[in-house]
Amino acid sequence: MVESKQQWKAWLYLAPAILLLLVFTVWPIINTVSMAFQEDYCAQRALMGETYEIGIENFKKVLDYGNFVDYLTNTMILCVATVPISTILALLIAVALNSIKTLQKGLQTIFFLPYVTNSIAIGMVFAAMFNVIGFRKAGGEALADSWGIINNVIMFFGGKPVDWIGANSSLAANRFVVMVYSVWNALPFKILILLGGLQSINKQYYDAARVDGTPRARVLTKITIPLLSPMLAYVVITGFIGGFKEYSSIVGIFGDTMGPNDMNTMVGYIYKALSTQKQGAASAAALILFGIILVVTLINLRVSKKRVHY
Amino acid sequence: MKVVLQNLTKVFPSRDKKSGKEVVAVNDFTFEIPDGKLIGLLGPSGCGKSTTLYMISGLQKPTSGKIFFGDDDVTELSTENRGIGLVFQNYALYPHMTVKQNILFPLQNLKGKDKMTKDEMLERAYYAAKLVQIDELMDRKPSELSGGQQQRVAIARALVKMPRVLLLDEPLSNLDARLRLQTREEIRRIQKETGITTVFVTHDQEEAMSISDMIVVMKLGVLQQIGKPQEVYDNPQNLFVAKFLGTPPINVFNGQVANGKLILGENAVLDVPGVADQNVIVGIRPEGFEVDPAGTLECQLTNLEVMGRDVSVVSTHVASQNPLVRSIVDADNKIDLSAQTIRFSLKPHKVFLFNAETEERIYF
Repeated sequence: MVESKQQWKAWLYLAPAILLLLVFTVWPIINTVSMAFQEDYCAQRALMGETYEIGIENFKKVLDYGNFVDYLTNTMILCVATVPISTILALLIAVALNSIKTLQKGLQTIFFLPYVTNSIAIGMVFAAMFNVIGFRKAGGEALADSWGIINNVIMFFGGKPVDWIGANSSLAANRFVVMVYSVWNALPFKILILLGGLQSINKQYYDAARVDGTPRARVLTKITIPLLSPMLAYVVITGFIGGFKEYSSIVGIFGDTMGPNDMNTMVGYIYKALSTQKQGAASAAALILFGIILVVTLINLRVSKKRVHY
Repeated sequence: MKVVLQNLTKVFPSRDKKSGKEVVAVNDFTFEIPDGKLIGLLGPSGCGKSTTLYMISGLQKPTSGKIFFGDDDVTELSTENRGIGLVFQNYALYPHMTVKQNILFPLQNLKGKDKMTKDEMLERAYYAAKLVQIDELMDRKPSELSGGQQQRVAIARALVKMPRVLLLDEPLSNLDARLRLQTREEIRRIQKETGITTVFVTHDQEEAMSISDMIVVMKLGVLQQIGKPQEVYDNPQNLFVAKFLGTPPINVFNGQVANGKLILGENAVLDVPGVADQNVIVGIRPEGFEVDPAGTLECQLTNLEVMGRDVSVVSTHVASQNPLVRSIVDADNKIDLSAQTIRFSLKPHKVFLFNAETEERIYF
């Protein structure tokens, strides 16, 4: 225990960090909570002295808003469907990468590229891959037309082109594009973490397994995955949190109109509410999102307590 | 199951591409390990003993040469088909499994006609656990066990498949001194009880001598000598083996042979009939000295270390290669430390002559 005379020194050293946290983290959180419970709070009018009734009307309005459930569904699909898929893919790729010697470094770099690329840019590239691209005369006659590279592949194998993200595209097609994008975008970070984890596993476990004639699948499920479980838990939890906060990729793919079927997410909704001076509703939505992330993370931790071997 | 190594050689490619020098870890080994014996592969680090063990296990492939288990040529056989049990230096117990799961693991891998029912597996696992006396700890995780207990689990896991050959890589190096003594007796007992041909690797000559039926002394990938521990100790074929075995280590002198007499310094100390006149290296075991006022070897007395039963006499001699000559004599000898010198007579069978250039033994 630090002597009381010395304590002011400890506080002095902690002060810069505490100050920054207070200003940029603690105060905004308090503010968010307070705004969420003030009915129809609007920052502009609040500055001019308007006061608001305290209550849970903001939450009610957010939940009653027609599209909110859609946004929630979009967000859920982003997480629930893509996190397991990308984690399994990342695990397989990491195991494969770890077992080859030649080209390992080169492939590692290629797999890591999406991580250092701007997500809006990636979204636009995805849009181009799935999109109908064409140049038309004023009358609508095609000068040059392309369905996008994905449809070209489908047509090459004799399939029918799909309108992925165009004006008449279906919600399912939109969601499919977003899922492919999310999985691909999530891979590099997961591969990096899992590969690092794999390389820190003592090789002797594998020698021991070889001596005992352990089949490959059993080595993966009984040795590799349990020993990798702390890393797996980490990428799953951060994957869920990242998925709940997803927004920029939707803008990247569909533009700020969010596509014909309104592919907006929770965070997108919060931004929209903020930009239309509905800070009360935005705060309430943020708290709802916070609650969902909290519950999911607690479930994650609960499950991993049983399954993760530290 | 006897194990035969025939011209076994392992060459590792050079890491340094510029020099391109290959490393010969094991050079042309040929020896036979008799059925049901405990063999110690012994040598300083880098002598190729672990490489030899891993080649027997099949985890490493020999560059050339053959390995036989009994009459079967297993050189090309993969590890899992050789029927070996291997205990790793740091045990390699699966940390996320309990002791029971660790021991069951090899059995659960068995396929086809070897496949066992759950009850059979449990029975075998408990048999192996009882053998190494850890059947009380079956539900613990490896991290909850002491080093010695982990070692036993590792041995149980290696034994549970009833291997044809049991291989141990530095089995005692991670244990403290007390536990090491205890565990080496334990390994001896388990080996005797099971009768499984066992090969273990160690750099500790005392450890190897105390429990092995045979020891194999190696140096820089070359086999130096193989035989029963006492025979190798009593009859080293070259200077390296003589120096490597024995605590305290052998005393080494520069000497000459002239007219059938061994000369150390100025004085003839021993008759060595039949040896041609030449410069020699002389090794004298610490127990090869006898305090004798009429003795031929005169040393400058430095110190006495009393050990109860014996006395360790520390002295110096001009011809000695080491700064100190250490001899162990009976405590009944009355040695006067105030006397500057002490005279010894030598036991001829504890004195070894070696060629000054080749360091090979010269017999007399």
